[in-house]
Amino acid sequence: MSDKRLTGAQAFWEVLVGESVDVVFGYPGGAIMPIYDAMTAYPVQHVLVRHEQGASHMADGYARASGRVGVALATSGPGATNLVTGLATAMLDSIPMVCVTGQVPSHVLGSDAFQETDVTGVTLPVTKHNYLVTQAEDIAPCLREAFYIARSGRPGPVLVDITKDAQQELCWFVDEPSRPRLPGYRPSNPPSDDELQQAVELIHSSERPLLLVGHGVIASGADAQVAALIDATDAHAACTLLGLGGLPASHPRYLGMMGMHGQAWVNTAIQEADLLVALGMRFDDRVTGKLERYAPDAKKIHIELDPSEINKNVKVDRPLVGDVGDVLDQLVPKLTTKRRPDWSRRIDQLKGEGAARDIQRLPDAGKLHAAHVIHDLWRLTAGNALVVTDVGQHQMWAAQYYRHESPRTQLTSGGLGTMGFALPAAIGARFAKPDAEVWVIAGDGGFQMTACELNTCAQEGIDMNIAIINNGFLGMVRQWQELFYDSRYVATPITSPDFVLLARAHGLTGLRVTKREQIEAAVRQAQRTPGTVVIDFVVEQEDTVYPMVPAGAALGDMIRRPLKEIS
Amino acid sequence: MNTSHQHARRTMVVYMQDKPGVLNRVVSLFRRRAFNIDSLNVGRTHLPGVSRMTVTLPPTSDDAATLIVANLYKLVNILRVEDITRAPSVVRGMALIKVMVTAEQRQQVLQLCEVFRARVIDIAPTSLIVEITGADDKIGGLRRMLEPFGIAEMVQTGVLAMTRSGEAQAHLDNVRRRAA
Repeated sequence: MSDKRLTGAQAFWEVLVGESVDVVFGYPGGAIMPIYDAMTAYPVQHVLVRHEQGASHMADGYARASGRVGVALATSGPGATNLVTGLATAMLDSIPMVCVTGQVPSHVLGSDAFQETDVTGVTLPVTKHNYLVTQAEDIAPCLREAFYIARSGRPGPVLVDITKDAQQELCWFVDEPSRPRLPGYRPSNPPSDDELQQAVELIHSSERPLLLVGHGVIASGADAQVAALIDATDAHAACTLLGLGGLPASHPRYLGMMGMHGQAWVNTAIQEADLLVALGMRFDDRVTGKLERYAPDAKKIHIELDPSEINKNVKVDRPLVGDVGDVLDQLVPKLTTKRRPDWSRRIDQLKGEGAARDIQRLPDAGKLHAAHVIHDLWRLTAGNALVVTDVGQHQMWAAQYYRHESPRTQLTSGGLGTMGFALPAAIGARFAKPDAEVWVIAGDGGFQMTACELNTCAQEGIDMNIAIINNGFLGMVRQWQELFYDSRYVATPITSPDFVLLARAHGLTGLRVTKREQIEAAVRQAQRTPGTVVIDFVVEQEDTVYPMVPAGAALGDMIRRPLKEIS
Repeated sequence: MNTSHQHARRTMVVYMQDKPGVLNRVVSLFRRRAFNIDSLNVGRTHLPGVSRMTVTLPPTSDDAATLIVANLYKLVNILRVEDITRAPSVVRGMALIKVMVTAEQRQQVLQLCEVFRARVIDIAPTSLIVEITGADDKIGGLRRMLEPFGIAEMVQTGVLAMTRSGEAQAHLDNVRRRAA
C-alpha cells in the first residue's frame, strides 16, 4: 500500500496489472498515444490488430474462453467506432470486457476536434456501463469500477473513454485493491425459501420435466450443479446455442440443441413437456419460436440472474432470481429423487425418429457436405478442441455435429449473430488457453469480413487451425431465399480469394479439401503444422440446415430434411 | 409492450445519483426498450448527491411495469425505484398559460382562474399569464376553458408525485444509506 505520483497513463497500466491483465488487444492512434507510450514498463503483452473490430472480438474471445475480463484498446473517433460491433456482440452475449478508448483533450471536447466522436453517447446502448474520464486522478477509480461491473452480476462490456490530457497529467495513484463503491449497483438478489419451495413442488408434481441449459450455466460455472439436478429429477436436458458445453454431450441425459435449428426431438420434447426448468437462459425468439404456442402444457421455472429477463418473453410460473449455481446449491438438496420411465421412453422414441433423417446417414456420393466435415473434425479432435464458429449455416452445423464435452469449448456470437467474429475471437481465445487445440470454423462470407486478422496470426505466431466451409454463397440467407423467397438468390452468390494462396500470402499454411476422403489427412497435417493453417473445404453449394423452425412458426412446426434425400 | 386500457396509468419515483449523463441513460433505456413515457420530471432533493425523477407512463400492465422497474435497476446509477401507482399520493404539475384578452374579457378570465385556483402572475394590456398547479386533468380543464379567448403560449412541467403516508420513509432511508 503506497501512494505514488504517476501520469494518468501509468495509473492506467497499474490498474490493469492489479487486475491481473496479461494481454490487451488494440490499435494505437493520436488520442491514446500516452497510454501506449507508458505500456512498455509493465508486464502486459499487446497484440496489434488489423482493425479495431478485431480487438473487441479478441477481448471477447479471451473472456469467453477464460471467464476473465478481456481488454481492448483503441484511439478516439474511428478507432472507437470500430469497436462498436464488438461491444454490441459482447453486450447481447453477456461477455465481461473492458474497452478503453483515447479521447481528444478535455479542452476541445465538444468542438468537433480531429478524430472526435461522442463515444460514450455512441456506445451507451451497447455497453453495460460506460465512463468519460477527463482527469488523471479519476482514471484508476473508474477503471477499477469498470472491471468490477464487467465481471459481476450479469457480465457485460464496459467502455472507458479517457481524454488525452488525463493520460498525460500527473496524479496521486492510490494502490487500493478494495471493491469499488457503487451505491446503486445490485449484482445479485437471492431467492427466498418460499420461492424455492414452490419450485420444489412444481418439480415433484411434474411427470415430463425438461431442463434448458443456457449460457448462464457456463458463466456461473454451474455444470456440476446441473448434473446434480439431472440426478435428482431424472430429467433430460437441452442446451441453447450458447449453453453448449454446459452439459457434456456424452452425458446420458444430454439431448442436444433447442430452437430454430435445434434437433427435432428436442423441440418436440419441449412442446410435450409438462415442466421446463430454464437455467440461465432468456427465451430468445430463436429458442422459442412463436411465443403463444411455446411449450403450451409446461409449467416454467426460470432460474436467472437478471430480474429484467423474468417474464420478458415467456411468462413463467416460478422465477428464481440468482446465480444459477447458487440457486441450484439451495434447490437440489430439497428435491426427492424421482424416476420418470414413461417420459424417458417417449424421448428415446423421438430421438430414434430424428436420427433416421440425420445427415450423417446421407451418403456422400463423392460430394463434400459441410455437416460431414464438422462431424469428421469432431472425431479427429476427439471432441476436445476449442471451437470458435462464425455465423451462418456452418455455425448451426457445428452446433449440431461438434459435440462439446466441457464448458467454454464452443465460442460463438449467439445473440447478435456477428459475421466475422470467429477469426479474431479465436485469436483472443488462443491467449486465454495456450494449451488448447483451437479450431476456427467459418463460412466463406463471414471469414472475409475480418480476414485481415490473418496477418495478426502471422505477426504473433498464433498456433491454430481454420476450417473455411466454402460454398460460394452466403449460405444461411441463400437457404431462406430458397425456402421463403422462391429461390431468388439475390446478392447471396459470393466469390472468394483463393484461400490457399491467401494463407500463403500471409506466410501461413493453406490446404484444400474437396472430397470427404481427404478430410482426415488435411486435419492431421494441420494438427502437425505449427502456426496458423487454413483449410479451404470446398463443400456442396446448396445444402440446407435441417431441421428448421421458420421465423414466427411454433417450435413444433419444423421443416425436416426430406426423407428422399436419405437413401 | 402491453398497454391495454384496463391497465393503470403508471407513476414511478426514481432516485438516482446526481451525476452527468444519468438522465440520458434513463431516457435512452426507455427509448431502446420501447417503453412509452407520458411525462418526466427530474430535480435535486434534500439528500446531497441524489436526484429524484417522477415518471408517468401510459396505461401499463403489472408485468410490463415490473419489467420497467427491473430494467431501471440495471442502470448502475439508479439508487431506488418505487412504483407508486396504487399508493395514496399527491400528484402535481404546473403550467403557465398566456391568454389573449380584451379589457372586457379580462374580468371573465380572472373569475375562471379563481374557480380553478389559478394565479394571474402577469397582466399586460392585451394578455395575461396564468399560473396553475395541479393534476393533469385540472390543468387540462383550465386550458380548455381558456382556449376560446386565444392561448398565445403555454408551457407545462412534468408531474411531481409524492406518497402521502410515512411509508416513504423506509425507501428514503434506503436511498440515504446508499448515497451516504
